[in-house]
Amino acid sequence: MLLKIENIDVYYGAIHALKGISLEVSQGEIVTLIGANGAGKSTTLKTISGLLKPKTGKIEFKGQNIAGAPAQKIVGLGISQVPEGRRVFANMTVYENLELGAFMRKDKDGIKKDLDRCFELFPRLLERKSQMAGTLSGGEQQMLATARGLMSKPEIMLLDEPSMGLAPILVKQIFNIIKEINQSGTTILLVEQNAHMALSVAHRAYVLETGNIVLSGPAKEMAESEEIRKAYLGG
Amino acid sequence: MQVFIQQVINGLSVGSIYALIALGYTMVYGIVKLINFAHGDVLMVGAYVGFFATTNLGMSFLPALILSMVVCALLGVLIERIAYKPLRSHPRITALITAIGVSLFLEYGGMLVVGPQIQTYPSVFPDTIYNLGGVTFKIGDIAMISTAVILMVLLQFIVHYTKTGKAMRAVSFDYQAAMLMGINVNNTISATFAIGSALAAAAGVLIGVYYNSIDPLMGIIPGLKAFVAAVLGGIGIIPGAMVGGLFLGIVESFVSWAGYSTWRDAVAFAILIIVLIVKPAGLFGKNIREKV
Repeated sequence: MLLKIENIDVYYGAIHALKGISLEVSQGEIVTLIGANGAGKSTTLKTISGLLKPKTGKIEFKGQNIAGAPAQKIVGLGISQVPEGRRVFANMTVYENLELGAFMRKDKDGIKKDLDRCFELFPRLLERKSQMAGTLSGGEQQMLATARGLMSKPEIMLLDEPSMGLAPILVKQIFNIIKEINQSGTTILLVEQNAHMALSVAHRAYVLETGNIVLSGPAKEMAESEEIRKAYLGG
Repeated sequence: MQVFIQQVINGLSVGSIYALIALGYTMVYGIVKLINFAHGDVLMVGAYVGFFATTNLGMSFLPALILSMVVCALLGVLIERIAYKPLRSHPRITALITAIGVSLFLEYGGMLVVGPQIQTYPSVFPDTIYNLGGVTFKIGDIAMISTAVILMVLLQFIVHYTKTGKAMRAVSFDYQAAMLMGINVNNTISATFAIGSALAAAAGVLIGVYYNSIDPLMGIIPGLKAFVAAVLGGIGIIPGAMVGGLFLGIVESFVSWAGYSTWRDAVAFAILIIVLIVKPAGLFGKNIREKV
């Protein structure tokens, strides 16, 4: 098991945001975490990345407990996150954003190789290399955030709402690229409100409801399940 | 015309000092959103380190300047770790009040250590006055402007081309996103305090050299003026602090020349009030539109 979360409880002050959830991601999978607004999806990713600390429970990455470890250590171990709302560094160039993605790395040749790979995946970014990230369109910013996430050469990538606010055609494009990234060996944990899209690319899925995991199973079965259809896929 | 050039030179001398101090204010604000009111007092400590280095240790200008910058860099890091870091998750006003406390601590702690009396700064440069087509200047003026310029160029280089500089910009823009890049936010904040405090120390030494006298409360007025300069340029914006500092220096120099030298400070604070009313984001401040 690449990533194993066991019974974590996370609080925002007095609010009990995650109530003892457990989930697992194996090497090579795309696992999606779906659920309504405020269910705790982003909280789960933030906790894995070390931005939030769980009160109880274990987060194991390749057998090592990383719960409560500092964020930079977690990035160094091979977990990167593409945060909700892209969060690109708007006052810096596209190129500088990508450089920051590789902040922890010292292998210059490897970084160069991964930069080329990012520009191959997202030719638009190459065109806009020296442009300020803040001047990019929403779709381009999502591409940049995804490419930046790849620059740390992660074993697992956590994607938080990559489809948010994008036109349907762009959503399709982003999801194709997510599949491509996964096929080239990066494991993916995907958080989405667009359950339909998420279930179409994922191998397995978990459904989160107000801090609890209420359902889990193969994505295909979930997409066909009556319950899920009603609750998350609009009939 | 000569008088005009003379005033511009005087203004640039004083302005470059303001700029050096304003840079520390603005960098610290940019990264932790705190107006570090103890910043002017770090300048005072820097001036005293320079003073003791030249008088007691017999150092010349440059080694004394460097020693003072190193000592204050450490002091800045220490202040942040002890006084501000524990308050980072508290409301901003808490840290602001603490900053005033640190300021008073340095001012009156300083009095306890070095005594409240004014010390005469040793003249590290020859007092010969040069005359170039009616414009007069001393070696000290040139040394001061060039020290300030070199430090500002160095700062630009650090901020734009080094890993630490990039981390500083990333943290000041969005510290959570920076954490997701693997940037150590605590170390980056420390580096910012170190650099800002070192610049303040340099300004302290230069003030000592320029005005020949130092005392434990000497940091207050330059600190406030530099704060005005930082707000004028747009708080959190590095080039803004430089331009704001130089602009303020030149304005003050012309106010003095017009015979209103007692009004100098009032004009500086009038500028602050006008900026806050007319363009609160400062000359270089702009609202970055976010795309969703």
